[in-house]
Amino acid sequence: MSASLSVGQALMTAAGKSTFILGLVFAIAPLLVWAERRQSAMIQDRVGPHRASIRLFGREWRFLGLLHPFADSLKMVWKEDFVPPGADKILHAFAPWISLAPALLGLAIIPFGPAIYFEHLGDTLMLSPEGVPCVAGLASGVLGCTAAASQLGTELQVATLDAGILVFFAAGGLGVVGAALGGYASNNKYSLLGGMRAAGQMVSYEVTLGLTLVGPLLVFGTLRPEEMVRWQSSSIFTWGFVLQPLAFVLYFVAAMAETKRVPFDVPEGESELVGGYFTEYSGMKFGMFFFAEYVEVIGLAAIAATFFFGGWQIPLLTDAGFVVGQLHLPLSHGWVTALRVGGFVVKVLALIWLQLMVRWSLPRFRYDQIMRLCWRYLLPLSLVNIVITFLVIVWLRS
Amino acid sequence: MGKPVKRPEQSRSEQAFLPEIAKGLRLTASRFFKNTFSAAEKGDIATVRYPEEQREYPERFRGVHRLTQREDGSPRCVACLCCSTACPAQCIHIEPAEYGDGDPRKGYEKFPKVFVIDELRCIFCGMCVEACPCDAIRMDTGIHMPPALERDAFLLDKEVLLRVPAADGSVKSANPRHEPGDHTYPGIDRDRSGH
Ligand code: SF4
Ligand code: SF4
Repeated sequence: MSASLSVGQALMTAAGKSTFILGLVFAIAPLLVWAERRQSAMIQDRVGPHRASIRLFGREWRFLGLLHPFADSLKMVWKEDFVPPGADKILHAFAPWISLAPALLGLAIIPFGPAIYFEHLGDTLMLSPEGVPCVAGLASGVLGCTAAASQLGTELQVATLDAGILVFFAAGGLGVVGAALGGYASNNKYSLLGGMRAAGQMVSYEVTLGLTLVGPLLVFGTLRPEEMVRWQSSSIFTWGFVLQPLAFVLYFVAAMAETKRVPFDVPEGESELVGGYFTEYSGMKFGMFFFAEYVEVIGLAAIAATFFFGGWQIPLLTDAGFVVGQLHLPLSHGWVTALRVGGFVVKVLALIWLQLMVRWSLPRFRYDQIMRLCWRYLLPLSLVNIVITFLVIVWLRS
Repeated sequence: MGKPVKRPEQSRSEQAFLPEIAKGLRLTASRFFKNTFSAAEKGDIATVRYPEEQREYPERFRGVHRLTQREDGSPRCVACLCCSTACPAQCIHIEPAEYGDGDPRKGYEKFPKVFVIDELRCIFCGMCVEACPCDAIRMDTGIHMPPALERDAFLLDKEVLLRVPAADGSVKSANPRHEPGDHTYPGIDRDRSGH
């Protein structure tokens, strides 16, 4: 941050960025409920929910069933909030928050766009030979810098931290507490068992999850997500999934297990544990567990996009517009930024789609299989990935 | 000693999991894209959007009952109570009566003064149709009972039952009746009975 930015301005931009990312999450999460139901219907040759309608201008509008999530949330808000007798009332009330808050917190470090220069939205920007952004113009017939950017840009990221990705892991680790507390506080043996299963599964997979990302971290040489995305800028071949394909697969599996969704959904099981750790939750408290699950899905996709799919990078799109060989289509800074934010959202949605596909394709694992998969396959493989990455990097440097 | 269970043979690719998962994903994704983006043909979606679309009933679908009429519009039913006896749901109520003086059928046949079927209790088994000796009750209407708010609406009486048409629109039966006096009449009539 340059000194010219006052505290007030800094607060304003932080609030704006938080609003954007929260708005995105709160828009995508209900959409996800809809997408999940419709997508599963399409996979299974059904139509899915499409009946909820609203009367506007004398016509019934169904919006492809998009109203169902809203009807569902209304229902949840108005449902009775039941606390079982003998439950620990305070912990019972806190558990959903402890589940939801870390999931949202993790999203703070996701860079959803490049640094933005509010003064130069209409100008074309480019990197000067020294690597500093500057206003581009035709200087004596050659595209070059004509003026320096007037001030430092604002990173489109809620929290630009040195610890970066570690914050995401730390926040993810807190999610375990929510599930375990929910199970413990309900005074119900099914809830307790479900909570214990959730805790066991999440703690195990967190180890793998952290280690799978060490490979990309070695490659990028930084913990800061925004730096990682810049690192992947030169072409699609520097994107994480090309350089670290094994890490991507391992990360995807481990992260799906972290979200506790099919095929890793053993913390809940109708035939054995009723609803797992949220058996005794109803109304909006249940809704928050439910919401946390979808926020985790979004977080998983956002991290995967950042680490493995170039974040907001769009192939061939540079700061100064599209560049294909000698061809150059200049775009103003505002357009470039908008395209990149849009590109990031598209990547996230595509990865969410992939998660839903997996969720509706695979049957669930048994609990022992989940543990075996984690400790006997994923963990050693991620270690192997680290060692190989390390050796290759050392070999390339020498 | 337990019986050794033979493990299923699994190829390397099956054991490695990921290729199999990719195969499964390819299958589900192909369904997904086919059903999502072939809107004109509705893809392979099997769902019948019920109130707007209706599945075509098979020819022998057992719908709401009807009482078949004779040529003169009176019921073919002779109030023999076979159907109400056969009915496992006991939902047919019949009050038989004699034809009036001067009616040629008097003394041969009765007629149902009251004939009520409770379509709510009916289980649509078709036993009544099987039991009827006169082809007087049929379930070939092809309609299922429309919903109503009161139970009484489901008590169909003789007048209604006589007017319900078959799926082909007829209120009669294709099977001929053999009236007393016809030379095809199989029973004993007044002339031959020695009355
Ligand atoms: S269909 Fe079966 S239940 Fe219904 S009236 Fe006939 S015999 Fe009774
Ligand atoms: S409908 Fe048929 S079986 Fe029933 S009383 Fe009439 S004649 Fe007899």
